Amino acid sequence: MNENIMKKKGMWYCCEYLPSLMETPSLHPTGASRINRQTTIMSAHVMHGAAVVHMGKTFAEKVLAKKAGVSEVVPGQIVTVKPDHLLTHDNTAAIIGKIGPELDEYGIVNPDLPVIVIDHVVPAASEKTAANHKKIREFVKQFGITHFFDAGTGICHQVVFERGLALPGMVVLGSDSHTCSYGAVGAFASGIDRTEAAALMLTGETWLKVPESIKITLEGTVGPMVSAKDVILHIIGDIGADGANYCSVEFHGNLASLSIEERFTMANMGVEMGAKVAVFPVDDITRRFLDSRVDRTSYEAVWADEEALYRRELRYDLSGIEPEVACPHRVDNVKPVGEVAGIEIDQCFIGTCTNGRLSDLRVAAEILKGKTIAKHTRLIVLPASREVFHAALREGIIEILSRAGGMILPPGCGPCLGAHQGVLAPGERCLSTANRNFRGRMGCREAEIYLASPATVAASALTGVITDPREVGT
Amino acid sequence: MRVWRYGDDINTDQLFPGKYTYTCATPEEIKPHLLEDLDPSFASEVREGDIIIAGKNFGCGSSREQPVVGLRAAGIRAIIAESFARIFYRAAINQGLILIECPGAVHAYREGDEILLDVERGELSVGGKRFTFPPLPEEILAIRRAGGLLPYTREKLREKRKSQE
Repeated sequence: MNENIMKKKGMWYCCEYLPSLMETPSLHPTGASRINRQTTIMSAHVMHGAAVVHMGKTFAEKVLAKKAGVSEVVPGQIVTVKPDHLLTHDNTAAIIGKIGPELDEYGIVNPDLPVIVIDHVVPAASEKTAANHKKIREFVKQFGITHFFDAGTGICHQVVFERGLALPGMVVLGSDSHTCSYGAVGAFASGIDRTEAAALMLTGETWLKVPESIKITLEGTVGPMVSAKDVILHIIGDIGADGANYCSVEFHGNLASLSIEERFTMANMGVEMGAKVAVFPVDDITRRFLDSRVDRTSYEAVWADEEALYRRELRYDLSGIEPEVACPHRVDNVKPVGEVAGIEIDQCFIGTCTNGRLSDLRVAAEILKGKTIAKHTRLIVLPASREVFHAALREGIIEILSRAGGMILPPGCGPCLGAHQGVLAPGERCLSTANRNFRGRMGCREAEIYLASPATVAASALTGVITDPREVGT
Repeated sequence: MRVWRYGDDINTDQLFPGKYTYTCATPEEIKPHLLEDLDPSFASEVREGDIIIAGKNFGCGSSREQPVVGLRAAGIRAIIAESFARIFYRAAINQGLILIECPGAVHAYREGDEILLDVERGELSVGGKRFTFPPLPEEILAIRRAGGLLPYTREKLREKRKSQE
């Protein structure tokens, strides 16, 4: 993008102040430089003949203005919003533990606000986790929480997605960093900490800083055995773990080839580049997905104006993206599969909120059908929800993966966070479809985690070494 | 006062391993595991008033707040970094842990340098070199002045009830 003058739709933008806006290091999350920035952006009006026309708005600016009940907002501005939903999971026990006396005195602000899903350590792995789950169930009963999903329903983000609890134009906050996943259906969704979730249970409102936005335009389509996971790993590898820090990432361009599940995978990993939200426009693919869950009149899609102002604009040609692998111990340490092919793998893991959906299990089954995984390798398969599990059972996918040597785990977060199930031993190496490969993430400091697509993980389970899925016949 | 120096992209798994997330919630439970997978000496040697200096994107990854709760309880005076991950930054505001985004100060620091900090005025001195950082906006200062988000929320709820009476 030309930083000084941009021409769009035949209009010239006078942006003499823009370089400072765009090149300033990540905006202070407190909006401390708000006044300066407001001045900067107010100066960036469209000069069209003698008339001064106001700039277009980004997705984040439009949603937050609407939710704050004001005509417009600018990046850096702090607004007070009432989120449509608050997601919490096993950490609900700790959250309500912070506000026991207040809950007794004031009650919960609105029983429809929280969406509570027990998913992180299910079934309970210890007396302590069992006691936490019990405490959550008692809280749900006491306060008549509307949206509660007990252990076994699925991973919280998948459940929110399936039940139509995140919809276009909504603001959803959650005490889990991967709450950003709901950008797949055009929601403004972002992670917060437990204490803020506790305060929200009582007040129903919080402050948000209007983020700057990054526009990512996708062109072309991916090749065979290359998926959305490879695309998002490629982007994160390109811009880095803080490449979108504090920002709203908007995906534009040729999105028709990306299914709703693939969009979920990409939005899910927005936080791995630091994004506050990562969002897709609402199109026929979104509406078709939502049609089986909610009425079309229950949501109103919001999307950026063409003339919106971005901190950064990036373009990627999907046809040039290869199967990618994020190497230890950073999600942005991304290499094309060819550079790491042949590395021995002890455990393969297909599941998580990133890649535990039907299309993910389906591609794994295509690769593993009638075959057996390598002798020295283990394969763990974890459907993201009961709905996914049942669909996979109906299609025969579960039997194929089990016959190939896979261990099928109940829907939940499972091995992803190292609390139970599939913990690694020192010196072991795991190839996983998850979203994080941080040191110690799967319960062992001296283990290594590589991240890849379901196709790459399934192909590698077959050979026992990191393998390019394009080289394995289906 | 001791200065603990770390690099870029220190994630919350390094600050507090995920395997303890659903078994440790109180400061006493959290403290022994602080920075366990990053610097095993930290938990036993950290003292009241110590400072952490780090690179960019400090606190990235999981939204778990145990690192913030634990570092505050361990007496960390402030974390000075080139930048912070956003959920970590919010969590710090909510717990009253002071974070200072000041790349200049991070680059200037040399081992043994004295660090002087005036949070209210937004001033920082590292080995005699002075730096300024933007003061927090009023909305955020109100949370800090109340002693964190929960005391702030309690005040707001009391006021609301009073106004309704």
